[in-house]
Amino acid sequence: MPESIPADSVGLVSPSTLHIDDPLKLDCGRVLPHYDLVYETYGELNAEHSNAVLICHALSGDHHAAGFHTMEDRKPGWWDTAIGPGKAIDTNRFFVVSVNNLGGCKGSTGPNTINPETGELYGPDFPIVTVSDWVRSQAMLADKLQITQWAAVIGGSLGGMQALQWAISLPERVRHTVVIAAAPKLSAQNIAFNEVARTAIKSDPDFHDGYYMAQNTLPRQGLGLARMLGHITYLSDEAMGEKFGRELRSGAIQFGYDVEFQIESYLRYQSTSFVERFDANTYLLMTKALDYFDPAKEFDDDLTATVANIKAKSLIISFTSDWRFSPVRSREIVNAMLAAGKSVSYAEIEAHQGHDAFLMPIPRYLEIFASYMQQVANEGENR
Amino acid sequence: MNLRVDQQIISDWIPDGAKVLDLGCGNGTLLNHLQQRQVTGYGLEIDNSKFAECIKAGINVIQADLDQGLSQFADQSFDFVILSQTLQAIQRPDFLLREIVRVGKKGIIGFPNFGYWQCRAQLALAGRMPVSKTLPNAWYETPNIHLCTIQDFERLCDDHRLDVLNHSIVNHKHKDSLGIKLLPNLFGQIAVYLVQKQTS
Repeated sequence: MPESIPADSVGLVSPSTLHIDDPLKLDCGRVLPHYDLVYETYGELNAEHSNAVLICHALSGDHHAAGFHTMEDRKPGWWDTAIGPGKAIDTNRFFVVSVNNLGGCKGSTGPNTINPETGELYGPDFPIVTVSDWVRSQAMLADKLQITQWAAVIGGSLGGMQALQWAISLPERVRHTVVIAAAPKLSAQNIAFNEVARTAIKSDPDFHDGYYMAQNTLPRQGLGLARMLGHITYLSDEAMGEKFGRELRSGAIQFGYDVEFQIESYLRYQSTSFVERFDANTYLLMTKALDYFDPAKEFDDDLTATVANIKAKSLIISFTSDWRFSPVRSREIVNAMLAAGKSVSYAEIEAHQGHDAFLMPIPRYLEIFASYMQQVANEGENR
Repeated sequence: MNLRVDQQIISDWIPDGAKVLDLGCGNGTLLNHLQQRQVTGYGLEIDNSKFAECIKAGINVIQADLDQGLSQFADQSFDFVILSQTLQAIQRPDFLLREIVRVGKKGIIGFPNFGYWQCRAQLALAGRMPVSKTLPNAWYETPNIHLCTIQDFERLCDDHRLDVLNHSIVNHKHKDSLGIKLLPNLFGQIAVYLVQKQTS
């Protein structure tokens, strides 16, 4: 709980809901006749509407990227390290929009909202949405907010993929993209991890083919396992070793199968707290959106041709210890942009925190990020 | 930001609107200067703080290790590939030189001349490894691991069948003296060469 709001926080914020009545045709062929998008905004939109920044969230993220909902909140929004007055994404200069993606579980239309055709929760019947679908729905939000062009679209991990897709799909509507700890598509190993997570969820006896809400239960075991696995892939061996080592909870091994090592206890905690705040069907859907992401597919698998229409300038950032989406994967994006002659900068940040580094207050990362965003802001003001 | 002597020479050789790749671009001074003349391209820099300065200056900069070569760039994809005051810090200058003329239609290489009389004198008379304004580090801590003289460099170009299209040999004050004209390898402190692959 914040005793007082820190000076560099956006402060107390509350989400808004936008109801969109225009049907959205999805990549899977199905149509959402109407849908809700829940979003938060920080900072002020300027008169020219030229200072708007879109934040795209990753697998387990949501619209609450910065600030606090109440004075009782234990933690601020998920990217509070980067968003706020004087921070990398400076809310004194930018109007920041952060949206809960379609298929999410924090208010936007998704598996745990009502299907208008049946009057019941969508549950597993909610269509699988893709990164491109998200971009289309976010563009509808931009229209309603009268933002014709984003100063920047920014995201890490799956969020970075959305930023990249924005620049590819709607080149006129993005001036800059910041793509952090992402990849141009998932590798077989990435998909394999996702499949293990999905198998954990689907094999939970309480999953009930996705209709667990109707049974008044939750696939806690399965979703918790999926989260544990995910968490391991978000950290590096070094970071885990530094944080937990082989530390034992009781100081001595017990020759039993209960939780003994601190890392076991940590993973259990992560798993139990996650299942209370996240929906299993959304988790399944998000992992599928990740697996399907492959913008080069429409361009004969030629990534250079894929990025050829991009008009935005880009900053690509990777972290040395990230093995989920390693620097090699970011460099694939960078090299395609170089080959296509695009305006691009690439930073490889030395960090031991693994994939999670993109959420961490790493000074060099935030310095480069902030410097870039200052350029974006200056450019916007000189237009 | 003022240009260094070598950067001034390089800037004079690059026409408006050219596409350039600046290897070891430092804080982006040269690229920033060239941008005012519609020159486009990228800088490559490995040093963290210099990299951040490039971002602040709005330069397109890629964090990369030159010792890994330039495999991310296609053949002849730049009008000029520039390597200034960095050749001596490269693991394999010959390999990088080949990469420069592969990726660039022309290459510009600037380096401190180790044949400068003061360097020679320090070694010959004092019996010590030379330390100078251009090469300020002691031998055990210097990043400059591959020093060469003007003669050495010209021989390397010959061996690699490179034509020298232009060169400029000056001292620190950017002055061209009679001494430099007559005996460049003895009186020149900084050498800048414009090279390209022989066509035949």
